[in-house]
Amino acid sequence: MDILLEGTREAIRLVLSGDPEVWEIALLTLRVSGTALLIALALGLPLSALLALGRFPGRALFASAVNTGMGLPPVVVGLVVTILLWRSGPLGFLELLYTPSAMILAQAIIALPIVTGLAMAALQGLNPRLRLQLLALGASPLQAVALLLYEARAALLAAVMAAAGRLLAEVGAVLMVGGNIRGLTRVLTTATVLETSMGKFDTAIALGIILLTLAFALNAALTSLQQRGRRS
Amino acid sequence: MSAPFASLRGLRVRYGERTVLAVEALTVERGEILALLGPNGAGKSTLLRVLTLLETPSAGEVLFEGAPVPAAGRLSRRRRLACCFQEPLLLDATALANAALPLRLRGVPWREAEVRALTWLERLGVAARADRRAATLSGGEAQRVSLARALALEPDLLGLDEPFAALDPGSRERLQEEFLALQRERGMAAVLVTHDRAEALRLGDRVAILLEGRLAQVGPAAEVFTRPASEAVARLVGADTILEGTVLGTAEGLITLDVAGHRVEAVGTLPAGERALLCLRPEDVTLLPASEMGRVSSARNNLPGRVVRLLPAGPLLRVHLDCGAPVTALVTRPSAAALSLAEGTAVIATFKASAAHCLPRPAPHP
Repeated sequence: MDILLEGTREAIRLVLSGDPEVWEIALLTLRVSGTALLIALALGLPLSALLALGRFPGRALFASAVNTGMGLPPVVVGLVVTILLWRSGPLGFLELLYTPSAMILAQAIIALPIVTGLAMAALQGLNPRLRLQLLALGASPLQAVALLLYEARAALLAAVMAAAGRLLAEVGAVLMVGGNIRGLTRVLTTATVLETSMGKFDTAIALGIILLTLAFALNAALTSLQQRGRRS
Repeated sequence: MSAPFASLRGLRVRYGERTVLAVEALTVERGEILALLGPNGAGKSTLLRVLTLLETPSAGEVLFEGAPVPAAGRLSRRRRLACCFQEPLLLDATALANAALPLRLRGVPWREAEVRALTWLERLGVAARADRRAATLSGGEAQRVSLARALALEPDLLGLDEPFAALDPGSRERLQEEFLALQRERGMAAVLVTHDRAEALRLGDRVAILLEGRLAQVGPAAEVFTRPASEAVARLVGADTILEGTVLGTAEGLITLDVAGHRVEAVGTLPAGERALLCLRPEDVTLLPASEMGRVSSARNNLPGRVVRLLPAGPLLRVHLDCGAPVTALVTRPSAAALSLAEGTAVIATFKASAAHCLPRPAPHP
């Protein structure tokens, strides 16, 4: 129990003292996962609308692929992105391996099927006649999709929370494509792995608590947004 | 003569191998309510979607003011139409935001859209609910908001797909009356899809009967109801009694028939010797006690018969008679009591020649 108490005390000290390295790691975590999430949303929302509302051959197969992708193992993503970005690989000329950009790419790939799959389910959960009604009131096809997404906002925010949680907690892919380089690609999860392996439990616990706090703050904000206007 | 406001020609809608709609021509005039009446699955809703540019037909075209809609002008034309469906289909927002939404979609500034939407919520008696979220409205209120939302656009043509069907009878009749008054005041055209013949007769200036994807008859409501063009239309518009007979002779627009051994006069123009179908609405049949037989008016048709069954039909009673052929009459409960109607009671079914409509009997199917 001493270890836990010490760790908690250390965490509070690290946060309050404004330890520059810890702040840098926390900020990079937010930057990498946040950017990856935004990319996944930008691609995933239109894709989910296409899958939920469109009719084209192979739609069901595509939807199944997306749902399978929701459980994509991060190490497999890390492996594929590493191979792509390897010096002799197809995208090696970009020289992105072991940079935050590589980590963003890997995490965007992890988040995309989650966002797409959950948003697709959210749109399909709406009354199927709602879209016809919106069109019948003069919505352009694009306006109709935007309104349907807005109508499904509570479920979409749940999708955002699921994806954000997954990315903040993700370690395998960022470790493989980022390399946990101090001051460059070290994020809260990879730093926790490193500190633990070195037996520095107090710092590891501190990092873990910061990670949990970040996740909680994010989810609390999104949840309050989601529950706004609902009568409890 | 100016072109009708909207018209269809050569329309075909196919889903896979199945042709669900085949309508050669149909028009909607300015300011009229056209009721599309038919049983479930007849293609009424599909026809409405095609007419309001929500569905592209497999063949044929929709014309507005005589001109086809170019692909580039589809959205702007669609924006002068609006539809209301059986479900209110409101978004998760306040009643006012819902009513204002279609105006917002057309780029009307928020303030102005709100003011205009509120006017229509007022006209439909739900202004007091303007700030309530859609989910907290009753079914009737939600449907009024839905109607206000469509009317706030002041569309050239309003499509209505059974919007009154889910309401309780009292609110249905009130909303029908209010809608009719607003439609008359605005002079907008409306197409009303319904399977309720009373609603079609009540609201429709013209009625189009749709059976299995084809137009069976189109005409002024009163005409379709009193002069159905076929046995199927007759059944759909409520002529429950359809009797087979042979034309004996014809004079002054009336024909005399032999129906199950009785002489019957009816409206029609069929040559003597022809087989015919006599269509009769149950509310046009009156019952008299059998003892009156010697004193009945010869200006009416009188068929003696016996009561086979008595079935409640709302406030009325539906009386199934055997007059040598099955005849149905609707009577009030007091008159049923006065006649002491029961199964087996002998009565006279009497109806005017003008209430009986004759159709040529189609050749029997091989």
